[in-house]
Amino acid sequence: MSNVAEQVKKIVVEHLGVEADKVVESASFIDDLGADSLDTVELVMAFEEAFGVEIPDDAAETIQSVGDAVKFIESKQG
Amino acid sequence: MRRVVITGIGMVSPLGCGAEVSWQRILEGKSGAGRIENFETEDLQTKIACQVPRGDGTDGTFNPDDFVAPKEQRKVDPFIVYAIAAADQAIEDANWKPETEEEKCRTGTLIGSGIGGLQGIADTALLMEEKGPRRVSPFFIPGRLINLASGYVSIKHGLKGPNHSVVTACSTGAHAIGDAARLVAFGDADVMVAGGAEGTVCRIGIAGFNACKALSTGFNDEPEKASRPYDKGRDGFVMGEGAGVVVVEEYEHAKARGAKIYAEVVGYGLSGDAYHITAPASDGDGGYRCMEAALKRADISIADVDYVNAHGTSTPLGDEIELGAVERLAGDHAGSLTMSSTKSATGHLLGAAGAVEAIFTALAIRDQVAPPTINLDNPSVETAIDLVPNKAKKMEINYALSNSFGFGGTNASLVLKKVEA
Repeated sequence: MSNVAEQVKKIVVEHLGVEADKVVESASFIDDLGADSLDTVELVMAFEEAFGVEIPDDAAETIQSVGDAVKFIESKQG
Repeated sequence: MRRVVITGIGMVSPLGCGAEVSWQRILEGKSGAGRIENFETEDLQTKIACQVPRGDGTDGTFNPDDFVAPKEQRKVDPFIVYAIAAADQAIEDANWKPETEEEKCRTGTLIGSGIGGLQGIADTALLMEEKGPRRVSPFFIPGRLINLASGYVSIKHGLKGPNHSVVTACSTGAHAIGDAARLVAFGDADVMVAGGAEGTVCRIGIAGFNACKALSTGFNDEPEKASRPYDKGRDGFVMGEGAGVVVVEEYEHAKARGAKIYAEVVGYGLSGDAYHITAPASDGDGGYRCMEAALKRADISIADVDYVNAHGTSTPLGDEIELGAVERLAGDHAGSLTMSSTKSATGHLLGAAGAVEAIFTALAIRDQVAPPTINLDNPSVETAIDLVPNKAKKMEINYALSNSFGFGGTNASLVLKKVEA
């Protein structure tokens, strides 16, 4: 797992209070990890803070899963 | 109108987690006051408060994890966590778990707070100043709103009846229980989960009340002596925190399911001082009319009242004004009246005070004992009323009155009655 993926996973575990082994690439924040719409807003804010990237609202809407988040952040950093 | 009784009680107080443990410690004359250790007080005039004893849940300590998941606690201010904990206890104690849609729709919530999420507002303002508006959490607003105490409790327990709240400063808890009892009496609900919660022991909270000259400042080195209602040495209130929540229920509904009954809510009175934003009117007229209204609603006279749980915050002005109003109301009966301030032990829980004190009043009726006013060593005025200095007093209590007065000149009184088993 990449460094970004590790950090994303840690943030998700912390914010959603879920078991680490459930936080896999394909896991959807809302459908699999029990988040609601406010939780996902807060998650995106936590990613911005941790990785020093800006995630505009239209991009934030496409980030629905752990994998989406990792991909977006890596694209911004690359 | 329908009769309304208290069938469940729950509490998080500076004396402990739970109504029974708090009550036992009150009867033993314990104080919940201590030095503030969890934030900087060096530059604050007041360095003491009555804080909820946090711990692992044993020996009366409060473990928030027992009531709210840690990830949810992060989203809300402490007053909401206290409210959820006290409501869980009250619902459990009442043994009322609505299951059918009808039962859920006939059960409501009415929990208020005097100030709400002060600490979270202060923290978020600083965060926004430092990092800009994009860092403001989506939970900032819902985690600070006063009515979210009722909201969280309603959601957690599936209560679909009236979902209401009260904001009347230090009268909040009494107004919440009084209003809830009325909703039940009028038939809007059969059961209401009602009370008050507060969690403002933080730097900006202390600084704000210090600026109003409301807090004790002279007892920083002996905190347990600071809250001393009616005593010559008193110099302001000690801020407390926590929540008190009761289950009020229609009498026949309670009887039909064999619920235990603590007391009947027979009277509720409200009034306004129309005088000053923080100071009580010197003639005590607001408090007087409020008590009078509650007695009228209960259809009794002051001569029928055995015990008064006073507002008695330990401020130089307020205590004597309330005492004067009670004396004027009691007239020749003052000598047979007993009145104490449990704030001497708990400090002033602001929006939670009226609810916590209604619970102590109900327990005074159950156990037939008047709780003491601790630290009352030298009364500042002579009175025929027994202020129960320092030691609990066994006595017959059939009717009891509980007073709450708040900033803005808002007053509430509740009359509770013993119910024969």
